[in-house]
Amino acid sequence: MALLEADVNVQVAQQFLSRVRERAIGDEVLKSLTPGQHLVGIVREELEALLKGPDQKLKISAMPPTTLVLCGLQGSGKTTTAGKLGWLLKERGNLPLLTSVDVHRPAAREQLATVARAAQVRCFEEAGEDPVDLAARSVYAARQTGCDFLIVDSAGRLQIDQKLMEELARVVERVQPTEILYVADAMSGQDAVRSALEFHRRVNLTGIVLTKLDGDARGGAALSVRSITGVPIKFAGMGERPEDLEPFYPDRMASRILGMGDVLSLVERAQSTFREGEAEKLQHKFKKQAFTLEDFLEQLGKIRRMGTLKEIMGMIPGLQGMEDGQVDEGRMVRTEAIIRSMTGHERRTPEILDGSRRRRIARGSGTTVQEVNELLRQFKQARKMMRLFSKGGQGSSLKSLARSFKR
Amino acid sequence: MDSSERQLGAAPPRRTSGGALGRLLRGLERTRHSLAEKLKELVQGPARVDADLLDRVEAILLLSDVGPALTAEVIHSLRRSAPGTQVKNWSELLELVRGEMKRILSAVPPRPKASVTSGLEVVLLVGVNGGGKTTTAGKLAARWAREGKRGLLCAADTFRAAAVEQIAVWAQRAGVDLIRHQGGADPSAVVFDSVDAALARHCDFLIIDTAGRLHTREPLMHELEKVVRVIRKRIPRAPHQVLLVLDATTGQNGVEQARRFLQFAGVTGLVLSKLDGTARGGVALGIAKELGISLQWVGVGEGVEDLVEFDPDAYVDGIFEEQTG
Ligand SMILES: Nc1nc2c(ncn2[C@@H]2O[C@H](COP(=O)(O)OP(=O)(O)OP(=O)(O)O)[C@@H](O)[C@H]2O)c(=O)[nH]1
Ligand SMILES: [Mg+2]
Repeated sequence: MALLEADVNVQVAQQFLSRVRERAIGDEVLKSLTPGQHLVGIVREELEALLKGPDQKLKISAMPPTTLVLCGLQGSGKTTTAGKLGWLLKERGNLPLLTSVDVHRPAAREQLATVARAAQVRCFEEAGEDPVDLAARSVYAARQTGCDFLIVDSAGRLQIDQKLMEELARVVERVQPTEILYVADAMSGQDAVRSALEFHRRVNLTGIVLTKLDGDARGGAALSVRSITGVPIKFAGMGERPEDLEPFYPDRMASRILGMGDVLSLVERAQSTFREGEAEKLQHKFKKQAFTLEDFLEQLGKIRRMGTLKEIMGMIPGLQGMEDGQVDEGRMVRTEAIIRSMTGHERRTPEILDGSRRRRIARGSGTTVQEVNELLRQFKQARKMMRLFSKGGQGSSLKSLARSFKR
Repeated sequence: MDSSERQLGAAPPRRTSGGALGRLLRGLERTRHSLAEKLKELVQGPARVDADLLDRVEAILLLSDVGPALTAEVIHSLRRSAPGTQVKNWSELLELVRGEMKRILSAVPPRPKASVTSGLEVVLLVGVNGGGKTTTAGKLAARWAREGKRGLLCAADTFRAAAVEQIAVWAQRAGVDLIRHQGGADPSAVVFDSVDAALARHCDFLIIDTAGRLHTREPLMHELEKVVRVIRKRIPRAPHQVLLVLDATTGQNGVEQARRFLQFAGVTGLVLSKLDGTARGGVALGIAKELGISLQWVGVGEGVEDLVEFDPDAYVDGIFEEQTG
């Protein structure tokens, strides 16, 4: 249940897990000399892949000013972020102009003006009542004064506020921004996905800025927003000062998430389970097509001794509690029981398993003949697959075996 | 939306044959509101409180950020106390859930409020950045002023840009005087002055708006501690109320926030802001349960009258309501 404690959206976590599992039960881990580290590596890679966007850098308009519109819910940190972006651009040698089109919240425009002064960047301070008009005049002012960036701070709004969403759409329509950045609070919960999706639907977001990451929130919601909208996370807010904005580093975020779990014990456990070289021996067997039900049993035992994925996942923060219903443990146990009820000869040459032998095995293992049949069918199929794959040298056979344990 | 479809399409949902969690996961893929709709359809007429029904209730609670632990507790006791129970209709189901939640929550003794002895009630508003402290300060002042009480506002956020200007607007809306210093001043100093002023003017209330701070920032939490000490120098039992303002979109981190603000500022009650959105701030229930801090006010908009007293029944109904628009 730690997953839900981390505010991760369930759909996202499921997807993530299924990818990790594919690779983890697959040949990759078994073949590796240090399986434990390899597994952690997989989790980290998948996490990074999930967090990484196609283009995390700011887009630059060919026709200056490059215009950025900041939008989001009330109190998510738009104004502070505007100041920070101004600072960042100024430090890069650009000439940004800040402008606030928040005519709703008391003293919102004064706030941005003050923030701009602190960041030592220019701010458009002309009076005005209409956000669209203010935005248009800011673009003009930026051009007139040779500013190459315009940062538009908009009023916070609820995604269900039709009037204000309409207003935002009109501002966007008018200034034709290069980037529309959604500012999201890292501490938000299950509703984060819903609001982000609606903003995305209305104005087509091009990036996400994650704020308040200097707190101790696990940031699961951010992960979900990124994954469900498909919009890349571009910046991370780490404090209240103008310089507290960083480009978003997926690897750091992955480490942040990974660093919280009991990853070390996972590594140790994995290492003690799979001795070096063993995987290679197995691989060799695949090639020679000498893989029998006995080997199958041994492998099952190993996967189970490692704690099965259920426990493995339990050691990775944010993933605990997700494993039931993912790997069918009961079926693994039954499969083991079936093979154990066979004689050594039967295990090595399953072809001799006729009807009466199958009935005996079913009785002995407390299963049904159907289940015995099903297992044998799967085993045969797996062996066939192995033959195919090992021809190419790369045996991804364990993966196909593993697949048969998924529901 | 193209890219999002690609994302979602990356791993086609597998057929999961069963298990409570499997059903729950499928449930959670939908939004809370469409879940509520479905549930309502199910209990159009008499229905049995069975596993399927409870799974739906569970998913709705989780999506409202009620949190895994408390949700499990509610569902567990519903399952135990109502196995195979029939409910006649929707409102009877809600009644059942409401009763269960109230039973669990009322098992926690609320923190006693300090009694007001000097005639002046001092209220301190605290919370993380952007939660809604200033807005709540304004609404609360307006409400009490409307009731005919004499009061003052104190602009103790001397840190954030234009924070003083913001609360000045609210003071005006509320028709209440504001005690303020220059931006950048020591918050304790303006708080000290405001307590003096409130006493001198024989006020009924003093509402102090503090700067937003992340609960993890040690120095800022100590600054808050100091503010409380300064108030106590003048009025030993004050602040009579320390209200933690929590944004309804907050997830499970809210519990940690509450724990820290309780530790440093002695929080006595909770304000849940932005409940006019789609988030339900269920973490407030977890906070009540775990820390004994009860919900007192609810913010439902940006207008001066958009503050209502917390009503547990209406709140639970809100979690299960279908939303149109
Ligand atoms: N829709 C809605 N918006 C709210 C509510 N309460 C506050 N807001 C908005 O949320 C934003 C932040 O509110 P503030 O009162 O400035 O929050 P704060 O905690 O004082 O913020 P800082 O002082 O910056 O930490 C503003 O845009 C408010 O108008 C509410 O109940 N509903
Ligand atoms: Mg404030």
